[in-house]
Amino acid sequence: MLKDITLGQYFPGSTLIHRLDPRTKLVGLVCYIVALFLAKSYYSYAFMVLVLACLSALARIRPKTLFSGLKPLLFILLFTGVINLFYGSGEPLVQFWFFKITANGIRTAVFMVLRIMLLVCGTFLLTYTTSPLQLTDGLEKLFAPLKVIRFPVHELAMMMSIALRFIPTLIEETDKIMSAQKARGASFDTGKLTQRAKALIPLLVPLFVSAFRRADELATAMECRCYHAGEGRTRMKELHFSGRDAAALALCALMIAAVCALRHYGL
Amino acid sequence: MPILKVEDLTHVYSQGTPFEKVAIDHISTEIHAGEVLGIIGHTGSGKSTFIQHLNGLLKPTSGKVLFDGADIHATREATRDVRFQVGLVFQYPEYQLFEETVFKDIAFGPRNMGLSESEIGERVREAAYFADVPEALLESSPLELSGGQKRRVAIAGVIAMLPKVLILDEPTAGLDPAGRESILQRILDYRRETEGTVLLISHSMDDIARVATRLLVFDRGRIAMDGTPAQVFERAEQLKDMGLTVPAATEIALALRRRGIDIPESIYTINYLRKLLVSLGEGDAPC
Repeated sequence: MLKDITLGQYFPGSTLIHRLDPRTKLVGLVCYIVALFLAKSYYSYAFMVLVLACLSALARIRPKTLFSGLKPLLFILLFTGVINLFYGSGEPLVQFWFFKITANGIRTAVFMVLRIMLLVCGTFLLTYTTSPLQLTDGLEKLFAPLKVIRFPVHELAMMMSIALRFIPTLIEETDKIMSAQKARGASFDTGKLTQRAKALIPLLVPLFVSAFRRADELATAMECRCYHAGEGRTRMKELHFSGRDAAALALCALMIAAVCALRHYGL
Repeated sequence: MPILKVEDLTHVYSQGTPFEKVAIDHISTEIHAGEVLGIIGHTGSGKSTFIQHLNGLLKPTSGKVLFDGADIHATREATRDVRFQVGLVFQYPEYQLFEETVFKDIAFGPRNMGLSESEIGERVREAAYFADVPEALLESSPLELSGGQKRRVAIAGVIAMLPKVLILDEPTAGLDPAGRESILQRILDYRRETEGTVLLISHSMDDIARVATRLLVFDRGRIAMDGTPAQVFERAEQLKDMGLTVPAATEIALALRRRGIDIPESIYTINYLRKLLVSLGEGDAPC
């Protein structure tokens, strides 16, 4: 059950996509999102789907894996779809009581749902192909200019990498505690809502206790190794911006240009 | 009839992802009532996966687990019921304590069984006795206890369900010698007094040698050896090839044999070795 949560999960690999500089991938994702919001027509959405399909094929991520990340969002997707369905303007196709469904509404609903799906899948593609460490390194480098205005870029990046690092650990821990309590007859997936909420106590209390214990141990370990976030920190793995990154960014620009063109010609 | 029967059990983790891993591979075995079954094996050999199948926490990828002759996954109720019959104490069980008082925590299992308050109280006291949790501690918070005490409270929490089979995954890991000794002793006493079946995973060959009546050796998801401790520890070389050790007594006996002292191969407890050496000393002139 908890293993279905794929947030922040990384599938190691050595494909072209895996080897790209994390900064390129981050900028690429932003470009993709911008392009998504510029897309207005069936053609441009088809193009965006195609882009994602190509990228996931390149990264050797199976569509099934990519879609599995959408499962927790099913409710939001449905909700968005249904709301948009009824909020279209123009000539109604179907009408009952004060609900009306218009061609325009169907169009917006499809686009909205598609947009969210692509947005999430695109983001998953990034986290599937980039290790959390690389990701925060990339973020730190991208936001480095903010240091000028005394924004604690490094500290935030460190907090983020620790948080990301502990997601799998905590999931594993949750699974373990769940199994242990199940072995004592606890059940987490039956009963009324109030009962289910109550059933979480035997899970949450040990989880919090252990999270604090881990945080404490980690802080001690970091201090023992004289960690400090100030000036002069060097890294073991420097990020390298190579030719293929430049090519990837050029392709990103091309993607936005293509969507703009489609929009301009009203296709 | 065996109390637990495992038929051609296979479990694959994360099937269909790049992380796919066959944890146990076509295992069949029978566990009989009253046995103390020691399970040994290298880290990642499938021991923990195996025991989680015995009370239905994990569902087999293929194969079956039968408790008292009935498939434990036949119905939802059967699976839930088997959890109370086959008590499983996880590794580092102290991390699962959550209630405000020790009493309430031990009572968690019996309460889930739907017992009456008076029965629950009785069970808690009985379990506390078996696990050597002093009565005075029952009203304190589990978080205030020492490591060894927490461990015993957690074990009591499973014993309180009075399971027919008690499974313990490394119950002595991370404890000091006195703590280990007390827990092992309590497990032995528990078995003697309840005539229950006990399964014990341990990396300590000395612990296993002391308590087990039968041993299963896991290696890469399969059962590599199955026999009495004497039969298993006789194959010291094979065990070492699997990354395992033998009890200190066996090690000493082997070294003595290499030096030409005639003692049997199947020695695995310090007590037996001592008796043997003393009798040898009385028989022959000291060299």
